[in-house]
Amino acid sequence: MGDTDPIVQLRNVSKSYHRGNLVVPVLNNITFEIANGEFLALMGPSGSGKSTLLNLIAGIDKVDSGSVEIGGIDITVMSETDLAHWRAANVGFIFQFYNLMPVLTAYENVELPLTLTGISRRQRREHVELALKVVNLSHRMDHYPGQLSGGEQQRVAIARAVVTDPTILVADEPTGDLDRQSAEEIMDLIDGLNRQLRKTIIMVTHDPRAAKKAHVIRHLDKGVLDDTHPQDTL
Amino acid sequence: MIHILKILFRNTFRHKLRTGLTVLGICIAVLAFGLLRTVITTWYMGVEASSANRLWTRNAISLMFSLPIAYQEKIRQVEGVKFVSHASWFGGIYIDEKNFFAQFAVEPATYMEAYSEYYIPPEQKAALLRDRKGAVAGRKLAARYGWKIGDVITLKGTIYPGTWEFVLRAISRGTRRDADETVFSFHWDYLNETLKKTAPARADQVGAFIVVVKNPDTAADVASRIDKMFKNSLAETLTETEKAFVLGFISMSQAIITVIQLVSFAVIAIILAVVANTMSMTARERRSEHATLKTLGFGGFRIATLIFGESLVITMAGCALGIALTFPVAQVFGKVMGQYFPSFNVTGETIWLDFITSILVGLLAAVIPTWQAIRMPVAEGLRRIG
Repeated sequence: MGDTDPIVQLRNVSKSYHRGNLVVPVLNNITFEIANGEFLALMGPSGSGKSTLLNLIAGIDKVDSGSVEIGGIDITVMSETDLAHWRAANVGFIFQFYNLMPVLTAYENVELPLTLTGISRRQRREHVELALKVVNLSHRMDHYPGQLSGGEQQRVAIARAVVTDPTILVADEPTGDLDRQSAEEIMDLIDGLNRQLRKTIIMVTHDPRAAKKAHVIRHLDKGVLDDTHPQDTL
Repeated sequence: MIHILKILFRNTFRHKLRTGLTVLGICIAVLAFGLLRTVITTWYMGVEASSANRLWTRNAISLMFSLPIAYQEKIRQVEGVKFVSHASWFGGIYIDEKNFFAQFAVEPATYMEAYSEYYIPPEQKAALLRDRKGAVAGRKLAARYGWKIGDVITLKGTIYPGTWEFVLRAISRGTRRDADETVFSFHWDYLNETLKKTAPARADQVGAFIVVVKNPDTAADVASRIDKMFKNSLAETLTETEKAFVLGFISMSQAIITVIQLVSFAVIAIILAVVANTMSMTARERRSEHATLKTLGFGGFRIATLIFGESLVITMAGCALGIALTFPVAQVFGKVMGQYFPSFNVTGETIWLDFITSILVGLLAAVIPTWQAIRMPVAEGLRRIG
């Protein structure tokens, strides 16, 4: 797949949530593409639907209508089991609150997605050590999340996200829980993954400084892409 | 799967106090359940210990009514009967009413032959047969009151008024684990001869005949022949197997057994509630972690393994502790309650019941939390809708 080919294609995607008898529309007829190797930032006010859009692209939520194709595969028609397998192989997740397993060490957390792949223990070790080296945390691999700072925990989460070499990386407010210096370090790391490893990255953020690292910034407002907003394309 | 097991075990001891208290709760419940089941088992011990070749012939109206001793010879002549013994409930008081133990006036020679599962040293047996005031006590009973051979034991009669003195000539020992070693028996002749002088109308009567049959397969026919023989007599008989006789005796206290059984089931319900509460709290706290695992591609089976596994680890830890404590506690309980429970032994069946019940409780307690965790939409579990 060439760099300009779209790796993510959304066609007429709509999504709403039900609160009792009330139907709350969240996304309304969204259509857009993300090119392979692109770094996209999704911005917008709270409740605009940006995290929902990210979840739909990552295959952890279902559309009401429309299609979501990742690498040419329509994931909206997949069963839950197939989606779980697909996510394990194709998507790396970075969460605002890191979402590490508190009972596992940094090494074990990074190793976790690899346990689903069936590769040998030796190969797993090589992959984990490499991923921890990329995020510069080799020296803390035996520490538990509770023994690490917020920035270090997020770096472990990034290592976990890239260790399976996924097709796309999705990041939901990756700097939302960090101080300014840690946030800059994390954004440099994510930027490096995009520039050096050519990873396609879709990031939801409120932080304009973080968004500046992206190639493209799209704004969502009340469930629609705001095309009147000036688009920052680097 | 090794990773899942690693998470499972580490999760189990994440909240040490909560896990510890839950394990303690299960332990106490298993202990209580084990003791209650042992009480029920002990109650039915006489049934288990009963012999297939022994029949009991009693007055058809009730056990409270006696039978003439003259029946013994007639029963002996019934086809299929090997020999006949008899026993009469004495119901005396030893020093104080609280010192309860079973006392029977028997025909020692035939009685000892009928109950050959009790061993008496030959010299003691000979001494017992020689002395009309001689008595035999079970090993546990003798130990309880510190009786030694040759001691004079005085009972205050209730059914048979007066002060009765016996000389302990023998101490019997059961050759089977379920043998009742708390029974006191003595010569019926001693009782009868005294009654002839003090209450002649009550003499020459016995409580029940113990009929030993030649072949257990013919027991039903023999019983039928005996009862037929005394049909329309002044004291009609009811002959049944020893097992049926003991069961009939137990049925008098059926209400108590039913209550104990209900309480033991209530204990199981309490364990289930305790573990289910812990597991639902645990699963609710770990919603985000389960959602993260699902996000990473972990399927329902692995999530179920985590929750069911944790529930089983907690339950089985409590069960193991409870079972380990059941034995010493039962021993103490047996000693304290020795006069009511001749032999208070925890059976293998009770331990299996503890074990199986705990597994069932562990599995049942995890069903709803697992179902909720598997059905939970991943995005909802991650708790963020932008």
